Amino acid sequence: MNYKLGIDVGGTNTDAVILDTADRVVAKCKRPTTADVSSGIREAVDAVLKAGGVDPGRIVHAMLGTTHATNAIVERKSLCRVGVIRLCMPAGLSVAPFFDWPEDIIPHLGGCYRMVKGGYEFNGKVISQPDEEEIRKALSTLSDEKIEALAVSCVFAPVNKEQEYMVKTLAEEVLGPGVPVSLSHEIGTIGILERENATILNAAIIKIADAAYGSFQNVLMKHDIQADLFITQNDGTIMSVEYAKKYPVFTIASGPTNSLRGAAFLSGISDAVVVDVGGTTTDVGILKSGFPRESTQAVQVGGVRTNFRMPDLIAIGLGGGSVVREGAGGVTIGPDSVGFRITEEAKVFGGNTLTATDVVVRSGLASIGDPRLVERVDGTLAETATQRIQRMVEEVIDKMKTQASDVSVVVVGGGSILLPDRLKGAGSVIRPDHYDVANAIGAAISQVSGSIDGVYDVAAKGREAVIEEVKEAALEEAVKAGASRDSVEIIDVEEIPLAYLPSNAVRFRVKAVGTLHE
Amino acid sequence: MRELTVDDIECLAIGAAVLGTGGGGDPYLGKLMAKQAILERGNVRLITTDELPDDKLVIPSAMMGAPAVLLEKLPNGGEPEKALQAIETYTGKKAFATISIEAGGINSTIPVYTAARLGLPLVDADGMGRAFPEIPMVTFSIGGVKASPMICCDEKGNMVILETVDNQWVETLSRTVTVAMGLSSMISCYVMDGKTVKKLAVKGTMSLAIEIGRRIVESNREKKSPIDAILSLTRGFRLFEGKVTDVQRDLTTGFVRGKALFSGIETYKGSSLILEFQNENLIALLDGEPAAMVPDLITALDRENGTPITTEHLKYGQRVVVIGMPCDPVWRTDEGIKQVGPRYFKYDMDYTPIEELAT
Repeated sequence: MNYKLGIDVGGTNTDAVILDTADRVVAKCKRPTTADVSSGIREAVDAVLKAGGVDPGRIVHAMLGTTHATNAIVERKSLCRVGVIRLCMPAGLSVAPFFDWPEDIIPHLGGCYRMVKGGYEFNGKVISQPDEEEIRKALSTLSDEKIEALAVSCVFAPVNKEQEYMVKTLAEEVLGPGVPVSLSHEIGTIGILERENATILNAAIIKIADAAYGSFQNVLMKHDIQADLFITQNDGTIMSVEYAKKYPVFTIASGPTNSLRGAAFLSGISDAVVVDVGGTTTDVGILKSGFPRESTQAVQVGGVRTNFRMPDLIAIGLGGGSVVREGAGGVTIGPDSVGFRITEEAKVFGGNTLTATDVVVRSGLASIGDPRLVERVDGTLAETATQRIQRMVEEVIDKMKTQASDVSVVVVGGGSILLPDRLKGAGSVIRPDHYDVANAIGAAISQVSGSIDGVYDVAAKGREAVIEEVKEAALEEAVKAGASRDSVEIIDVEEIPLAYLPSNAVRFRVKAVGTLHE
Repeated sequence: MRELTVDDIECLAIGAAVLGTGGGGDPYLGKLMAKQAILERGNVRLITTDELPDDKLVIPSAMMGAPAVLLEKLPNGGEPEKALQAIETYTGKKAFATISIEAGGINSTIPVYTAARLGLPLVDADGMGRAFPEIPMVTFSIGGVKASPMICCDEKGNMVILETVDNQWVETLSRTVTVAMGLSSMISCYVMDGKTVKKLAVKGTMSLAIEIGRRIVESNREKKSPIDAILSLTRGFRLFEGKVTDVQRDLTTGFVRGKALFSGIETYKGSSLILEFQNENLIALLDGEPAAMVPDLITALDRENGTPITTEHLKYGQRVVVIGMPCDPVWRTDEGIKQVGPRYFKYDMDYTPIEELAT
């Protein structure tokens, strides 16, 4: 029997699960997340291997969900000095790279850029031919500015990748192999500023991600696990660790995605509202055909505008550790929380802070810790607080759902014991088995994907032929990423006509997903 | 006269999207360009139409084409001033000021950029008071001003001068030129003297957009809804509150035609709204009956923070407030209705002002 290992590094806990080939849960465990991340992972892997009695040699795939890279950007820690080459001239000069970035991040990155001749029109025609000498000179002056990583952007690179590849080849020559190169067409979609921003962020975290994923590999090696390693990304699919080391920016929203995907898998429901209650916050998201509904707004990462598509979530300050208070204005819950100290500070665990967990235990809704320790908590207060918790979640569900009729609600996460089995607006409340480790399971069951995004002229070949061509290209991308060919299917085709011109230019975004090659 | 600061431009971009009635292009890029130009060249003087001498020349500045392309192929930055200066050379007259043709969307911020680069004042007015898809759909045109001579410039340095028999030909020919230029161009047209601007422009729209934007920013800071403030600034009406349940788009004509369906929440529970658009929002049908129609302004705002949502960003599940605002009286004249009324957009109905529909 072969197995899969799924790990989710959250703010409070590091969860690990082992699944068999039929995706049944063999073992699971939770350990506190540590500051260095890797020792928390080591403890969790240790524990889950013991709990399952699984031979480490039988683990063939290991999937890790971590927001290590996001934290580096948000906290402005360990970022590389990034040089930017933008192929655009004579277009593009009106707004320079790094313009409109938060000022406090610029000193960490250096803010060096060069704009050079190059770029394409929407239909792939060249704006101007790149000049090799000009690019060499730009690279060598960037090198003088001591850049540690290079980001390359090019006008309409999603339509034609050639010029970005040309800069990459020259960069390897001029800057040497020690300076990793991130290309915009591999990172983002149409909208050069957002795509370039994401590419710069990718370059900035490329070294810290390399170190983090390297230490993950070491942890597994020390446990004699020879599995192929994968890192989960924003869209609920995975990439190989080698790929992730080059494109760490794709992991920045993987946390909530994993919990939504895990909830879909565990409940067997593909269209539902998912409520993930953790120690400090509750995330409410929407599952559509088994995948998270994505936000339509430009997504900011650490104050930097990108065009990543992230799950559409509403987060509220409610979790198992939320502090409960009674004041002049009535009972309040959170938003502050005792967080990972819940096992010391909550009353049911012998502590002195009244938490959300304590009031639901007092109300008889849940049984955790020692219920006798909350017997002296005022029953009316506990009842009021319990109802307040329920209302907070019901309000968010109502905001998120898109139809007037009742919807299925799947509740997951360690803190979901706070919620009753009936909620207003919910046709049914499903609390699947293993709800407490839904994130790690979401990581473990991830599929692989390939996607294509570009602007096409539909006049020449006809719309249908173009769509077929784009679909085929997306399928190939998925296979390249490790999907087995017979499992790949197209899950999303988006057609965005370019407004204001009767020109037949249409932007297509197509995504294909498949299961991992055994 | 007042000075436009970088902070004003942030507000202008938000307010301009409210006046954009779902279209007009995202003002984001124009905002960045205007901010960069102001940081380099100093604040822009915004003058009222009263401060404009009758005999001085006003040359508008605008972007034409697909805003989505402009977000990928950013301008060189020299095009808008080149277009304006080419008009000066062609007519042999100097510009006293520049003006926006279209206060809704990206063409609110482009003239600020041009004004900053050339050190010209910007007139606090525009030619629509909202956004429309075609060059002749401006109040200047209704008043008999010729759109040509018109200049189109691209980032490569190409420049085309159009001299046409009427304004519809400007639309036809400039669109062909813009497609050839890579789907976007920077233009100047509708050259006027101060007296004509005073007579025909929709006045105060730049400062109105800034004020709308400021209320949205401030309300968000104070965690309040800005929607009542927007309604009082624009003499507008709350048409509906609800969630997007479906969005259908169709591209058979080259324009993005489509409709969005909303189901009501709170006081609108049980009701439904259909919003039909062609780039801009054209008509709002509340339970099947018109609640507002073009040329009056219809805009969907995020219910939480009042941020305007363009037609291309309308998506299933969004929670919105749909508002309607009366258009400039020029659009309600016979000629105005003929140019931009419901029948022009293929609706078999007569125009009824929003004030009448609301009562």
